[in-house]
Amino acid sequence: MTSRRDFIRISGLGVGGLAVSATGYGLYRDLAKSPLKGSELSVDTTRTPTYCEICFWKCAGWVYKNEEGKIWKIIGNDEDQHSNGRFCPRGTGGPGMYFDEDRLKTPLIRTEARGKQVFREASWDEALDFIAEKMKGIAEEHGPECTALLTHGSGGKYFGDLIKAFGSGSIAAPSYAQCRGPREVAYYTTFGEGVGSPERTDIRDTKCLVLIGSHLGENMHNGQVQEMSDAIDKGAVIITVDPRFSIAASKSKYWLPIKPATDLALLLAWIHVIIEEEWYDKEYVAKYTFGFEQLKDHVKQMTPEWAYGITTLAPDLIRKSAKEMANAAPAVIIHPGRHVTWYGDDTQRSRAMAILNALLGSWGRRGGFYNPETVAVPSWPHPPFPEPKRTWRDAFPGQYNLAYETIASGICDATIPALSRACNFKAWIVNGTNLLKTIPNSKKVLEAIHELELLVVIDTMPMEITGWADVVLPECTYLERYDTIRDSPHRKPAIALRMPATEPLYNTKPAYWIAKELANKMGLGEYFSWNTIEEMLDWQLKQLGSSLEEMQRIGVKTFERSYDDLYFQPEQEMEFDTNTGKIELYSTALAAEGFDPLPKYTPHEEPPQGFYRLNYGRAPMHTFSRTANNALLKDLMEENAAWINPKVAGEWGIKNGQYIWLENQDGVRSSFPIKARVTERIRWDSVFMVHGFGHTNKKLSRAYGKGASDSELITKVLTDPIMGGTGMRGNFVTFKFEPKEEEAAS
Amino acid sequence: MRYAMAIDTRKCVGCSDCVVACQTENNVPIGYCRDWVVEVTDGTYPQLELENRSERCNHCANSPCVRCCPTGASHYADGGIVLVAHNKCIGCGACITSCPYDARYSHPDGYVDKCTFCIHRIKKGLEPACVAACPTKCMYFGDLDDPKSPVSEVLKVRKYKTLIPEAGTDPQLYFLI
Repeated sequence: MTSRRDFIRISGLGVGGLAVSATGYGLYRDLAKSPLKGSELSVDTTRTPTYCEICFWKCAGWVYKNEEGKIWKIIGNDEDQHSNGRFCPRGTGGPGMYFDEDRLKTPLIRTEARGKQVFREASWDEALDFIAEKMKGIAEEHGPECTALLTHGSGGKYFGDLIKAFGSGSIAAPSYAQCRGPREVAYYTTFGEGVGSPERTDIRDTKCLVLIGSHLGENMHNGQVQEMSDAIDKGAVIITVDPRFSIAASKSKYWLPIKPATDLALLLAWIHVIIEEEWYDKEYVAKYTFGFEQLKDHVKQMTPEWAYGITTLAPDLIRKSAKEMANAAPAVIIHPGRHVTWYGDDTQRSRAMAILNALLGSWGRRGGFYNPETVAVPSWPHPPFPEPKRTWRDAFPGQYNLAYETIASGICDATIPALSRACNFKAWIVNGTNLLKTIPNSKKVLEAIHELELLVVIDTMPMEITGWADVVLPECTYLERYDTIRDSPHRKPAIALRMPATEPLYNTKPAYWIAKELANKMGLGEYFSWNTIEEMLDWQLKQLGSSLEEMQRIGVKTFERSYDDLYFQPEQEMEFDTNTGKIELYSTALAAEGFDPLPKYTPHEEPPQGFYRLNYGRAPMHTFSRTANNALLKDLMEENAAWINPKVAGEWGIKNGQYIWLENQDGVRSSFPIKARVTERIRWDSVFMVHGFGHTNKKLSRAYGKGASDSELITKVLTDPIMGGTGMRGNFVTFKFEPKEEEAAS
Repeated sequence: MRYAMAIDTRKCVGCSDCVVACQTENNVPIGYCRDWVVEVTDGTYPQLELENRSERCNHCANSPCVRCCPTGASHYADGGIVLVAHNKCIGCGACITSCPYDARYSHPDGYVDKCTFCIHRIKKGLEPACVAACPTKCMYFGDLDDPKSPVSEVLKVRKYKTLIPEAGTDPQLYFLI
């Protein structure tokens, strides 16, 4: 066997100038001998509490300012269960978002055709009047339900209340149909409860963590990565299924280098082995589950030998890894993953994972899945929201009945007029989500945008989507504003406060202010009847036995659980929120909707000759496409690369570090070249790239043209018939050595 | 007293939080860094191994940078921490060339800069910024002369290596393997 060595210095040293300077900080002496601590000491008046907005994990921390009163650094709050006092690189790099000179600075109104990016500056009054007038017009002509909110971030609560008060029920986050939706539906149909965020995985105490394509460590879901590290310390076994040798794979006892798109065959073979060898938790299965016999019959023929032909994984490896899970049970986690919209049968794949967890008895058990608890934060009193006459669901009669959240891509589809539909969306308010990168097939998204009478984009940064807006509203960053009280579920119920560390830069405003002002102009002021945000937050916090003053001091408040029910008690009688009241191995809800009640393996299309499956994922220092321009994070990673197996690179004559273009099965070529990373860490039948690069907005001075966009190359979408998820891993790319002609000419 | 750091390559995920934490804590200019992350892959698909390492100045006990500094700017502080007195540094760069670990850079203000083990934090009883921030808790810091310090404790029970030991600089960064 030849040995290859691939050495990468992830962040390099720069080369500085040699000019002489007298500045220096002198010599340090008198070192303290006291024991060292990780966090800052005692109460410090130079710090303010926040929770992070760079990703959805929302870690709570402290913003520190320097002697000049400028934002200096952000570190975790020790009391916070999401961060345990330790932020991830993106959170630590938060000041880069605040200092970014490319930020949106003042309201803008479009003056030329959409997408041309020609705007004039406007006052807040003028911009909000413009929106209010347009919204009223749309309500009169088409009905208020023809407006939609697409949001991803903390401001969503305020804009959500605004649009509900207006009379629309269509509020969508791409985090559902473009990300974790299938897993939520799978867990609801199996256990009667979703997985939620942060995930209820008890990784800290697990003995075996099974990752199916989930690349923890590269996706820096802070608390989970921390707990994975704790689990490694305690000697937990990690099993990783991934066609790429991920960071998690490198820490695994078993890495299963699966052929892409065949995970369901492996999962069914594992179920087969665990049932046939009688390694399942007999007591748990008998007491809590429904449909075991049907499942047993269903997987009878699905042997590891059967799966071998599909997955290319040796039968022995499948058996051994199954035994490893059984040995650890019930302290075992078949991790549900997070971004699971892959091949269009994603709910079924997630179901197979849920079933495995049920067979091993890990749901509700220490080291498996815990029962999270949330603080119920009361809402400021307001009149009841009007009942919308229609919702997005009316655009899809009889479809996606099991989707319990709005499908962002569905809003998009229902904006493009069709004779079969009465309701086409006419206005979108978009907050904190770069739809042209988050929803696949950006061409179709643009087609929808062309049909809109109003597109309002509220963001902190110019993004691809802001270029298409009629009105752009500049939101101040999370470091400059109050927001809703964080009430995410966790082992213990807890709340966290975000407050401004400093005044907003430029002519930017917080979401609550924008929503309230807009409500006033739209005649909906009674829904926002608080005078100041401080008044509302203090009122809410006092209902919970705290106060704004206290939260400003402590940042995070953790409460005791109402009941001792983090895990099931031994012998406990349980009723699950499913049709049968049991954990449904056989799903009656899916059967009732006409779907397979037990998951089946269906082969997926394979790459044609000369093409490779496009896989994408995360890097720990970036979130989606929103951090590419952050100077601190760009310093760590300024562009993505196309990972190519050396055998493949050899056939094409591609050298490591060479810039190439990727072209997909539909002839779409990347707008920008991407660096080839020739590495043994990727299978020969696929190409991997980190999502979120290849920005086309020139207003992003650091991110423009850096790397390639995977979203651009995902033109084929495999829709999940159960809940409308947009499977994005059915696209194939080949290599090109020059840009497309029209791009080369321009 | 002998300050040292141990980094657990089995836990490090290469996220580079240590790099940003250092950058903000120490106001390291954009485009430069005092610490960095290395990823080494060995083998061919699918027989592969990977190691992530957070690297920085090794605060060597026998430092070529201190020896070669013409002005005495590079020096040992208490606990063996290798420092550069910026006001004495003429930016000649001899130390940069002498360092086998490439741990030093020329600051745009004209002096040579590098990791200080966050000596200003140690004085206050805090850990270095990188150690305090690391989400995987893969870094251990402390006094090797104190058998109860986190770094002494972990070196007692784990296998470790140093980088480029053949350079003979007696490095004080230990990588747990």
